[in-house]
Amino acid sequence: MGESIVLEIARYSPERDAEPHLETYEVPLRKEWVVLDALNHIKDKIDGSLTYRWSCRMGICGSCGVMVNGEPKLGCATFLSSYAGRKRVRVEPLRYFPIVRDLVTELGDFLAKLKKVKPWLIRTDGPLLREGEYLQTPEQLDDYRQLSMCINCTLCYSACPVVGLDALFVGPAAIALAQRYNKDSRDRGAKERTLILAHPDGIWGCTFVGECTRVCPQHVDPAGAIQQYKVGSALAWFEGLIMPKKRRKTEDRHGAAAD
Amino acid sequence: MDVSDHDILLVGGGAAGLRAAIAAAEVHPKLSIAVVSKVYPMRSHTVSAEGGAAGVIKADDSLDEHAYDTISGGDWLCDQDAVEAFVKEAPLELVQLERWGCPWSREPDGHIAVRAFGGMKKKRTWFAADKTGFHMLHTLFQTTLKYEPIARYDEWFVTKLLVDDGRVLGVVAIELMSGRVQAITARAVVLCTGGCGRVFPFTTNANIKNGDGMALAYRAGAPLKDMEFVQYHPTGLPFTGILVTEAARAEGGYLLNKEGYRYLQDYNLGTPEPKPVLRSMELGPRDRLSQAFVKEEQKGRTLTTPYGSVVHLDLRHLGERTINLKLPFVRELCLKYQNLDPVKELIPVRPVVHYMMGGVSTDVDGCTPLPGLYAAGEVACVSINGANRLGSNSLAECLVFGRRAGRAAALFASEQRVHHRNALAQAHDEQKRLESQFLQKSGGRERVAAIREQMQATVEASAGIYREEPSLTRAAAKLRELQERAEDVSLDDHSHTFNTELQSALELGFMLDVAESIVECALHRSESRGAHQRTDYPARDDGNFLAHSLLFRNEDGSSRIAYMPVKITQWPPGERIYGRPQEPARETTAAVDQSRQDKQSLPARRAS
Repeated sequence: MGESIVLEIARYSPERDAEPHLETYEVPLRKEWVVLDALNHIKDKIDGSLTYRWSCRMGICGSCGVMVNGEPKLGCATFLSSYAGRKRVRVEPLRYFPIVRDLVTELGDFLAKLKKVKPWLIRTDGPLLREGEYLQTPEQLDDYRQLSMCINCTLCYSACPVVGLDALFVGPAAIALAQRYNKDSRDRGAKERTLILAHPDGIWGCTFVGECTRVCPQHVDPAGAIQQYKVGSALAWFEGLIMPKKRRKTEDRHGAAAD
Repeated sequence: MDVSDHDILLVGGGAAGLRAAIAAAEVHPKLSIAVVSKVYPMRSHTVSAEGGAAGVIKADDSLDEHAYDTISGGDWLCDQDAVEAFVKEAPLELVQLERWGCPWSREPDGHIAVRAFGGMKKKRTWFAADKTGFHMLHTLFQTTLKYEPIARYDEWFVTKLLVDDGRVLGVVAIELMSGRVQAITARAVVLCTGGCGRVFPFTTNANIKNGDGMALAYRAGAPLKDMEFVQYHPTGLPFTGILVTEAARAEGGYLLNKEGYRYLQDYNLGTPEPKPVLRSMELGPRDRLSQAFVKEEQKGRTLTTPYGSVVHLDLRHLGERTINLKLPFVRELCLKYQNLDPVKELIPVRPVVHYMMGGVSTDVDGCTPLPGLYAAGEVACVSINGANRLGSNSLAECLVFGRRAGRAAALFASEQRVHHRNALAQAHDEQKRLESQFLQKSGGRERVAAIREQMQATVEASAGIYREEPSLTRAAAKLRELQERAEDVSLDDHSHTFNTELQSALELGFMLDVAESIVECALHRSESRGAHQRTDYPARDDGNFLAHSLLFRNEDGSSRIAYMPVKITQWPPGERIYGRPQEPARETTAAVDQSRQDKQSLPARRAS
């Protein structure tokens, strides 16, 4: 057998453990292996109870996010060889999420936040289908194209110190997604989304640390989206500060309409 | 035990399942609809589709040409009524996706841009750079969030269909997070679980593609159709099997053997031109290109790597700008996973299992022969793909037949009364089976991964690009043996919380059934057609096999095969011509005119 590498993996089963603990596994160090290949090797050959999510193995399904040596990473896009000099590689579940088991985290709250920002095209004046598509130039597409690349891997939530402090903060990916629709020339829903994003749990929670952008495997740049949005929505915010009653009324009206 | 109830259940949350859910919701807002998926919907394998979705939209194109390309591409095994419905509805569905926000790539004037694709005579493939499936899936998922009647069971794994007297009444599923087993009853169930690439060792398919829906339907008594037709995509990255989209060749990429020679010119696919020519050379159909690779390998003209023989895909002459604009994901994948830059370097590629033409037999509305059971997308066989699917038809198929199946299921469900006799008892039995066969069992001697590896090697060796009787017969026996050994599987994991090892064991069971069906159908089809190439029967045999294979499961687990004639409407079987300045359009037009005049279609001869 050739070279090997030692993985320290966080294990936790609510049926057995009070809290997570680390277990070590020695796996072959092959140059084409990513962290996910090592996890699969352990599950297939050493311990079938190791629990983690994965699917596409090509960085697009967003399932296999884990902390590798304290950094949020996609398991399928992180080569073992980049840790070759280290004694140990530590693999843990994504930070700031409740742990279901081993490396599997709870995503219910994240999905609720995504839905909250109304991530769909809002428009009521569309022509009939057979009349064809809305026109959108390549330049208009470029305005939101990068923001549409989010794979919902949640690495940015694990990187964001505000998410760690404030569970209600809607978070980087959800704000970026809202902004993706706001900046789409076909959309008419920016005002509706402002009511959600201008809330204290919306964009104003962000302290602009920029970690979300740094860890994003798709270069979505949530931090940039948040910053842009702050500038764009400053007026709404000031209105809210100066005339809080007016804002609350608007929210009530909106709530009634949505029901 | 809990039982929950809905009008319609969609099993699977990819493009077909989500499109079906929206279609059902639009039939009647009062219907209760639920999507049950073993992964969060945005993880579904639709996400990996790269190149595009076909639909006629440009003035120089026509529905007849799309139909003819599809039918000739499918080596005349497509049902032509289904193809006609498909090509007609595909453009509307793609516009619908546009209205929901899909970021399709555009012409400078703002109209939809289309690109060339293999086997297509006109440019008609809509694309969102080279992440088309990703954008379609996220657009659909995000759109479903605004439909209140659509409930979701995320990370619920369906183990069994509830059947009473031949009628499908719902499913039994495990909630992965808790391990809870539950019956979910419904008036209609639509299977949208995708394909089964993981039956093979080297595949573009995600880990979740285990043929779940095919096995569920087969076990419930529905026939599988045309399971011998497995598509190898000609350009997968070695080791990972990651797909390099056909769009790379549509944009002008070359396939080169180890001498740097565009070898496809030796395989009746045309003569090399510097620019891509439609239905020619690198833009030939996938079955013919994958077969050419094997021949080239036999001639010793491929390169050897630790992960099998390869040829090269050359994109260097396209230039950095085009690659970044049209093929950014190809570049990203090569850099990340192959450590090479296609702007400057050759990409090593080899054929890789990609798509299942066969599946659960349905009609044009997704109805299976079992009342209450529907199927759409890759899990189904309508069939529009025949013996070989054309690239970019499958995403459009998910939309067209997802909508049709969702609608048909909703209309059926609206007329049914609540009826779930025996559901609870069946769910109890299933729970007992899971406990006794897996969770409570001790002393089993087999490991899931070991049997899975042997199954994959067996299927690859016998039912790969070329097949012959002796190895198929041996494979059938080996798979029977693996079925028996799978009964003796022992798990390391006996807990209820997110037990992925239990899930793998159940998926292995599904895959073994699917593997057997592939080998069985391949063994009985003694001809060569499209992706099914028998070295012992090298010619197409329309006299005996212009027919769909239908595989039924017997009570004892064995199978029986029957054949059903192909539906021919306007395009009588002909020669598949690629790369030659032939007159297919005119021939086709003549055939169409004649067929329209005398209103007669060629009768399909039935195989006995």
